[in-house]
Amino acid sequence: MADAAILRRPAAAGLALFAHPRSVALSAVNGVARLSVRAGHETVAAIGRAFGVELPLAPLRSNARDGRAALWLGPDEWLLLLEEAEAEAAAAALQAAVGDRLWSCVDISHRNAGFLIAGPRVAEVLNAGCPLPLDPGAFPIGRCTRTLFGKAEIVLWRVGEAAFRIEVARSFAAYLASLVAEAAREHMALDPRRTGLG
Amino acid sequence: MAASGGQPFRLATGGRVDRSTPIRFTFDGTNYAGFAGDTLASALLANGVHLMGRSFKYHRPRGPISAGSEEPNALVSVSRPGGRYTPNLRATQVELYEGLVAESQHRWPSLSFDLGAVSNLLSPLFPAGFYYKTFMGPRFAGPWAWKHLYEPLIRRAAGLGRAPQAPDPDRYAHRFAHCDVLVIGAGPAGLAAALAASNASARVILCDEQAELGGSLLAESAATIDGRPAADWLRETVALLASRPNVTLLPRTQAFGYFADNFVALQERLTDHLASPDPALPRERLWQVRAKEVVIAAGAIERPLVFPGNDRPGVMLADAARTYVARYAVKPGTRAVVFTACDSAYEAALALHEAGVAIALIADLRANPAGPAVEAARRAGLRIAASTTVVGTRGRLRISAARMGAVEADGGVRAGEEVACDLLLMSGGWTPSVHLHSQSRGKVVWDEKAEAFLPGAAVQRERSAGACRGVFGLAASLNDGDAAGRDAARRAGFTPPEGRNFRAEAWEHSWRGFSGLCPRGQGLRRGKAFVDFQNDVTADDLALATQEGFRSIEHVKRFTTTGMATDQGKTSNLNALAIVSEAIATPVPKIGLTTFRMPYTPVTFGALAGPNRGELFDPVRTTPIHSWAAEHGAVFEDVGQWKRARFFPRSGEDMHAAVVRECRTVRACVGLFDASTLGKIEVVGPDAAEFLERMYVNGFKKLQEGRCRYGLLLNEAGFIIDDGIAARIAPDRFHVTTTTGGAARVLAQMEDYLQTEFPELKTWLTSTTEQWAVIAVQGPRSREVLAPLVEGIDLSGEAFPHMAVREGRICGVPTRLFRVSFTGELGFEVNVPSDYGRAVWEAIWANVRAIGGCVYGTEAMHVLRAEKGYIIVGQETDGTVTPDDVGLGWAIGKEKRDFVGRRSLMRPDMARPDRKQLVGLLTADPTIVLEEGAQVTRDANPAKGTPALGHVTSAYRSEIVGRSIALALVSGGRSRMGETLHVPMSGGSIAVTVTSPVFYDEKGERLHG
Repeated sequence: MADAAILRRPAAAGLALFAHPRSVALSAVNGVARLSVRAGHETVAAIGRAFGVELPLAPLRSNARDGRAALWLGPDEWLLLLEEAEAEAAAAALQAAVGDRLWSCVDISHRNAGFLIAGPRVAEVLNAGCPLPLDPGAFPIGRCTRTLFGKAEIVLWRVGEAAFRIEVARSFAAYLASLVAEAAREHMALDPRRTGLG
Repeated sequence: MAASGGQPFRLATGGRVDRSTPIRFTFDGTNYAGFAGDTLASALLANGVHLMGRSFKYHRPRGPISAGSEEPNALVSVSRPGGRYTPNLRATQVELYEGLVAESQHRWPSLSFDLGAVSNLLSPLFPAGFYYKTFMGPRFAGPWAWKHLYEPLIRRAAGLGRAPQAPDPDRYAHRFAHCDVLVIGAGPAGLAAALAASNASARVILCDEQAELGGSLLAESAATIDGRPAADWLRETVALLASRPNVTLLPRTQAFGYFADNFVALQERLTDHLASPDPALPRERLWQVRAKEVVIAAGAIERPLVFPGNDRPGVMLADAARTYVARYAVKPGTRAVVFTACDSAYEAALALHEAGVAIALIADLRANPAGPAVEAARRAGLRIAASTTVVGTRGRLRISAARMGAVEADGGVRAGEEVACDLLLMSGGWTPSVHLHSQSRGKVVWDEKAEAFLPGAAVQRERSAGACRGVFGLAASLNDGDAAGRDAARRAGFTPPEGRNFRAEAWEHSWRGFSGLCPRGQGLRRGKAFVDFQNDVTADDLALATQEGFRSIEHVKRFTTTGMATDQGKTSNLNALAIVSEAIATPVPKIGLTTFRMPYTPVTFGALAGPNRGELFDPVRTTPIHSWAAEHGAVFEDVGQWKRARFFPRSGEDMHAAVVRECRTVRACVGLFDASTLGKIEVVGPDAAEFLERMYVNGFKKLQEGRCRYGLLLNEAGFIIDDGIAARIAPDRFHVTTTTGGAARVLAQMEDYLQTEFPELKTWLTSTTEQWAVIAVQGPRSREVLAPLVEGIDLSGEAFPHMAVREGRICGVPTRLFRVSFTGELGFEVNVPSDYGRAVWEAIWANVRAIGGCVYGTEAMHVLRAEKGYIIVGQETDGTVTPDDVGLGWAIGKEKRDFVGRRSLMRPDMARPDRKQLVGLLTADPTIVLEEGAQVTRDANPAKGTPALGHVTSAYRSEIVGRSIALALVSGGRSRMGETLHVPMSGGSIAVTVTSPVFYDEKGERLHG
């Protein structure tokens, strides 16, 4: 007696998400399928062709097209993002394309919580907990990396001049949202200070 | 002093204070008025108040000697509404705001009448090293006296402000930043450096400890730069820098630490200067800056002269007095004696003279003072006495007179006139601030010409500019800063424009001075000549240290505590060095400087902690089922960062009652348990089985698809570090579980082995801990609560045996269903994608509740597994336990060639029969529950020094066994079955019988339903 319409609770459900026009807005990105793909370079091209987005070979780079993205996370590791509804078919297509070649594909759709953080102070807010340089010269649109935000490990992916996607293990979602709110709060002050960075 | 106007020592014109914005404040409960732009020190001086503190050891009255962060004397506490209280602030840096409440420290009952000052009269009893000498004392009293007499006494009598009692209500922020060029110090050199570097398009951060950028320019009233008044140039330059998007200006920001790889820590004060700060703002921000290049333009600090009575209120550094006049429009006195060995004090004398302060005398230590400033003073009719020293001062709470002494050709001193004064300016010349260069691991080098330690070769990508490297004079500083800024930009990869040639009209003169003890002649010793004002270290203390045999300046420092106060000897180090140099007849450069350590100025704990407090101190991790548990009254416990439901009390139940009920229900019916925190690793690839075979003690190569195996993980030393279940999902795919606490560690260790030891294995590891919510369904009726919900899996015992795994659907969502048990009952673990965790839990719970089952927490889980003798890694093991020790020798694959830890297990020591082995203990009195961690001994009352046989690892009350049970590691335990041993406790020894560690269902029949 299966109940097909069983209630889902995404990782960000129930979290208070910060948003302020002078600061940043943190919003949850739901309905995303995530595949952790490990493969040698000889297999990568086939995976990219089947996925419709080339898997970048250069470190920290990403490719994105038509709602799908491939993020380089390591010399043999990529994070593939796609719409959940397409996940099953896509995974099967990838497997067919890989054939007998070596790879590992693990569905981690539910492992992570996805967030979009965007706004005029986004680099400063992230730099409250992330030690990387985030000015567009050092971390341009499309750049992605594993890094830290406070005490949470995240995948940070710049998707716009003032917008980043964050992937975080779901149990850290509440911590991440609280730390963003704490870091962003100062920009609500009536006389926000100019810092000129980022 | 009335709050209205007042300010009798305020000049009518000049300075940078805003006379249109009067500010009221209190100091020690008295109302005063100052102006916007004042510091607490300048406002108090405007009101004629010099007495601002009592000294550390002798409780001597003290006033400010400086106008900056080097201030050793004028330490105050500032309180704010909401329990905010900050001790030990330098009054010279506390910016005035409306309603400021400040008080002096370290005095009782009042600042002007301090009973503690009796220690000044008793000072012969408190020589240098007094503190250390109390450690020894007479043998009969030694340690007792230290603990009960000396330490409490010293702690009360010495010390600074009191620590606040209430939690800090303020917020503190952290910020990481990267830049091309970090410029530290915004005086002329720093400003010029920032201009040059930002001209070259480098990203520049310019920080300065003061409220306004400008450094010495803030006190320039006459100088011009490129033909413009210095104040105008400063305003325009700051505006220009502020307009540049590649420049970040950080006033009120102290660079306090210089670490490896050009990593510099800055402390920014955001709200302390505001009367009612916006609560959205943090009080302070810690900047962690990674700079490609650093320009240190930290300036120089004027050196006090060391002469008897040099610490009375009214004695101050000459340039500080000039700053009070020029920047704050405050006359620091009415009649001044200037005592100097440096030309710059003549500038101060002239500035004070012009401001209407009578200059009674300029006493110059040097035989032939000369130069433009000296000539100007002569032209202004100021009286100058060469070869003159000060041999003593008078005045209780303020200086009233200074006695001169003539320095004779042979070095002797002849007492001279006494000059009445309420102000004594002193200048021993200037000490370049090499602190940050030194912190960056750059050496300092004695420069004979400058008579100063200057920065040596850079070790990191930094350079000094201006006065901090001995380049004095306005034009020279500007041009030095420009060169440094261009050099930094060029080395950061930019192409700076041509060098500037700043022209400046300002005093040009020698900046050399004098360090050490001023000549004081025989028989003229009157009063203490202070070297370190904050720690009350005198020239005589230093002499005593050398007499007692200390030669190394580091030892002298620790023995006398010179330079060890919160100001870290900014005004005292060089004088101390010179005194020691003379005493042991060794030149200064041979002695060397003591080490400069961070922080440059004290940093609040708040700034260091930043947002990492309260709920943000550490991430609180919760499972997908947490919200349900919370709604159903779970009591949680912390397991690492996780919150886990410990038990689910029903109304009126305590933990014991709840756990008894939960255990009983699981054994009799069915229980539901949230096991989502278990670590999970997906091991994929054709060599996945081979990899697990090498990592775990167990064999995996022959494990069939769809079956599970218990896995024990050892370290290289052969000791258990984790355990879990590995399920073969497909020939090349395993689902491996780890303990909750071991998840990250095990994955890291596996990845380490995979990359460094077994790189030839074709397999990959992916953490799936949080992909799956795990619902343990345990108990004889577990099958029937699951059956209606599961699709595509035959739950029958034949089709789905113990230690098997199946994939299918539950409640319509995909599941990996395990048949495993940590209770000894028929059991399943339902893995579903985490988003569905709560909904599936609720669906199963509905069925569980319908037949009288329960939810249970970690406490019941512990009891249930202990009844079965199942170990918990970290409870039964402690990093010294082998598989055989806990009766798991059977798990080791007998045909395996190798696995991590195997070689160590073959050491003879690992097979000794007296190793501690896991056993059960039953107390003679079945109601007694042993204490976990208690020692197990052979005798009831062992002689002192008898080693224990082992210890209790787990102990519970077990309803199903009908008595208390305990697990223990006992030496040779398996050969002691039936023996009576003892567990000595505070209430007397408890007799126990050694038994099997399996207390219930020894044959394991219940597993199979």
